[in-house]
Amino acid sequence: MERKIIELDQGWAYMLKGITKLKRILEGLTEDPFSSEDYIFLYTTIYNMCTQKPPHDYSQQLYDMYREVFDEYIASMVLPSLKEKHDEFMLSELVQRWLNHKVMVRWQSRFFHYLDRYFVARRSLPALYEVGLTCFRDLVYQEVKANARDAVISLIDKEREGEQIDRALLKNVIDIFVAIGMGQMELYEQDFEVHMLQDSGAYYSRKASSWISDDSCPDYMLKAEECLKRERDRVSHYLHISSEQKLVEKVQHELLVVYEMQLLEKEYSGCRALLRDDKVEDLSRMYRLYHKIPKGLDPVSTIFKQHVTAEGMALVQQAEDVASSQTANGGVGMQELVLVRKIIELHDKYVAYVNDCFLNHSLFHKALKEAFEVFCNKAVSGSSSAELLATFCDNILKKGGSEKLSDEAIEETLEKVVKLLAYISDKDLFAEFYRKKLARRLLFDRSANEDHEKSILTKLKQQCGAQFTSKMEGMVTDLTLARENQNSFEEYLHNNTNVNPGLDLTVTVLTTGFWPSYKSCDLSLPQEMAAALLLFNNADRLSYSEMMTQLNLTHDDLVRLLHSLSCAKYKILNKEPNTKTILQTDNFEFNSKFTDRMRRIKVPLPPVDERKRVIEDVDKDRRYAIDAALVRIMKSRKVLGHQQLVMECVEQLGRMFKPDIKAIKKRMEDLITRDYLERDKDNQNIFKYLA
Amino acid sequence: MPRTSKRKAAPPSVKSSDAVPVRPGKAISKTVEQIDRLFDSYANPSLGLIDPEGIETLCSDVGVNHTDIRILMLAWKMNAEKQGYFSKDEWRTGLKALKADSLNKLKKALPALETQVMMPPNFQDFYAYAFRYCLTEEKQKCVDIETICELLNLVLGSQFHAQVNSMSEYLKFQSEYRMLNMDQWMNFYRFCHEISFPDLQNYDSNQAWPLILDGFVEWMREKQC
Repeated sequence: MERKIIELDQGWAYMLKGITKLKRILEGLTEDPFSSEDYIFLYTTIYNMCTQKPPHDYSQQLYDMYREVFDEYIASMVLPSLKEKHDEFMLSELVQRWLNHKVMVRWQSRFFHYLDRYFVARRSLPALYEVGLTCFRDLVYQEVKANARDAVISLIDKEREGEQIDRALLKNVIDIFVAIGMGQMELYEQDFEVHMLQDSGAYYSRKASSWISDDSCPDYMLKAEECLKRERDRVSHYLHISSEQKLVEKVQHELLVVYEMQLLEKEYSGCRALLRDDKVEDLSRMYRLYHKIPKGLDPVSTIFKQHVTAEGMALVQQAEDVASSQTANGGVGMQELVLVRKIIELHDKYVAYVNDCFLNHSLFHKALKEAFEVFCNKAVSGSSSAELLATFCDNILKKGGSEKLSDEAIEETLEKVVKLLAYISDKDLFAEFYRKKLARRLLFDRSANEDHEKSILTKLKQQCGAQFTSKMEGMVTDLTLARENQNSFEEYLHNNTNVNPGLDLTVTVLTTGFWPSYKSCDLSLPQEMAAALLLFNNADRLSYSEMMTQLNLTHDDLVRLLHSLSCAKYKILNKEPNTKTILQTDNFEFNSKFTDRMRRIKVPLPPVDERKRVIEDVDKDRRYAIDAALVRIMKSRKVLGHQQLVMECVEQLGRMFKPDIKAIKKRMEDLITRDYLERDKDNQNIFKYLA
Repeated sequence: MPRTSKRKAAPPSVKSSDAVPVRPGKAISKTVEQIDRLFDSYANPSLGLIDPEGIETLCSDVGVNHTDIRILMLAWKMNAEKQGYFSKDEWRTGLKALKADSLNKLKKALPALETQVMMPPNFQDFYAYAFRYCLTEEKQKCVDIETICELLNLVLGSQFHAQVNSMSEYLKFQSEYRMLNMDQWMNFYRFCHEISFPDLQNYDSNQAWPLILDGFVEWMREKQC
């Protein structure tokens, strides 16, 4: 049977009934809810009107009229009610109207649903739901958005000031800003967020400017921390999550970035003062606040470095003052050893800072390292830091040293000493001093504990490489072997009494190259003295220069030698003139009248200035090292610019010492003279390797 | 020309080609003959070379002091190997290049020679030659400070008077170097050309200048304070 045609007016009248009912429900007027039949009737009406044959297919008209319903409702009911309210009340009304609207759209689009299925799809038009929302957006949202936003912002500011506000309301309002974008965040961002951020910025800027002058650094930081916490809280409760990052950055900027330097450099409570007073908690807070800000930690680490450097320098100065007020003694005194101990303590303290306050951040590791590198390379009363450290080790490792520590404490201290070595640039100098003292400990059986000796060598090897410790390890091994040999020898003597040498004999075999060279020995007449006196077998009288030529010693050595033979306790030689100092113009005669009560006398050589020897030896080794490095580099690069060559040389040698640029240049000149290198003809700054 | 070293080492051996005359075309051979004759008039017959005495005579005949730079230039033109001596080959080379086959022509050629030497690529070569000329011993690589100062004055004194004066003063003052090598010598020339004097503003010791020049600049800067 043919369906009966529904005319547009007729059909619309049916629809209006349903729509009116819907409106009344929304207005809160008592109405029965929609029954299934109501709903089906309305749906079918639309269906029929859309499926009728032209000219009775009213899809387009219905689509338009669907929208007009909203337009009319908004204009007559919604807008007026909003306009008569303000502030919070307006917001409540807005939220209510929005909720209503959503319901209305939902129901109405159900009634008109058939349009969505064919008409909307076929014509690629906005869906009914979207149409509904667009009406609200264009007619309501656009009208009230400014006021709504301002109302929200002022509520936020109230909350910041400590007042209680209706968070749920705000959440709902902001949800509108989000939802009205229909999937895009643009409206939220432009109509709300940007203003909110600006206002927040202004708010915190005002706060910061008053706090920064009134509050101490720790108090300010506490406030800042609290504010940031509250803002995050705010976001989680009613702002959109996408605002969190921007808001936090804004607040950080106003509170922490703008006033960073003023805050950190507060005289009595700023970063320096906190370090001075060991305010670990405040410093941790400072770290937490600034570590998320790009480059925020740079000034903090700079101040940290300056502080540590100053503390270290003060220790060095203190030691220097005490040492210079005592009589100069040429060696390393108690004060210097105390200094090393104090530096170790300083290091422990600030390593803890880096780990705990600054959560192991690389910036602070670097600051600590650079600070220590400054004062750990300062000399104290003529002794370089390398020597001090070597003497300190000697003191711990030898018998009867001034430090009486448990085994564990010794291990720990040795570990820390090796760590300090990393800061010293003249590592090769340390190695030389250490080796000399180790030799003495081993040879004169003054080493307290072999395990400790081996343990520190292992640690040094780990830190500085095998080459650093190879000679020292060799020395220790030599002694172990020597002891074994001695035992076997004694056993042999015991078993073969006929082979008795007639005196007590102890032999220690040493591998050349491992052991330092010695000039003095514990004989009662040192070798050179014997040689000097033997010269007088052939002449009664010799001049200084004649003796010099024959003995082939350096001036320093000869002066010492002659002094001990002619100006000291036993005048074995007569000196002309008979003064107390040796001059190169002096003449010497054998003293035939020499007698003494004692049958055996000891004519000692005054001790060599060991420190000078060590430094000379190291300087010589450095010259070879620089030469070798230069040749190595040029051999592989063939052609290289001057600056780059110097740079690579410094880098290669850096593990052992910091080469002087002048020294490098000198070696380069020498290599040019020896035809290892030549300059490029066109560019004097470039060098070429000559095979 | 700087004085020859006191220790007289053996002069270079006479080459066999010196004794045998060359016979190219007639006109040219006449020139060669004249050149050779001129050589013989100054040469020491037993050595077959012009020796220091001969050079002194030559100088007075030509009318220049034997310490004059032009004699050094002449030596350069001849590519003379040994200071104080001219071999026949070298004599021929030099005079042929100067187109001089008589004393008069030689005299007249000297101003032009001077101009030629002062021209940039030639001067650098001449400057290096001047140093080498002072290496009188075999395997000698360095020249003593005193000679260096004299040589500098001779060779650069007219062009870079101020630098030469200051440098000579410094060389005598410092005690680290008793001799200079070719590298240092050549670099002083570059120094005069590249570095503004006496303000020394564009001198950078981080570049590859020899240490002695670093020292010189340091000394000058201290003086200026």
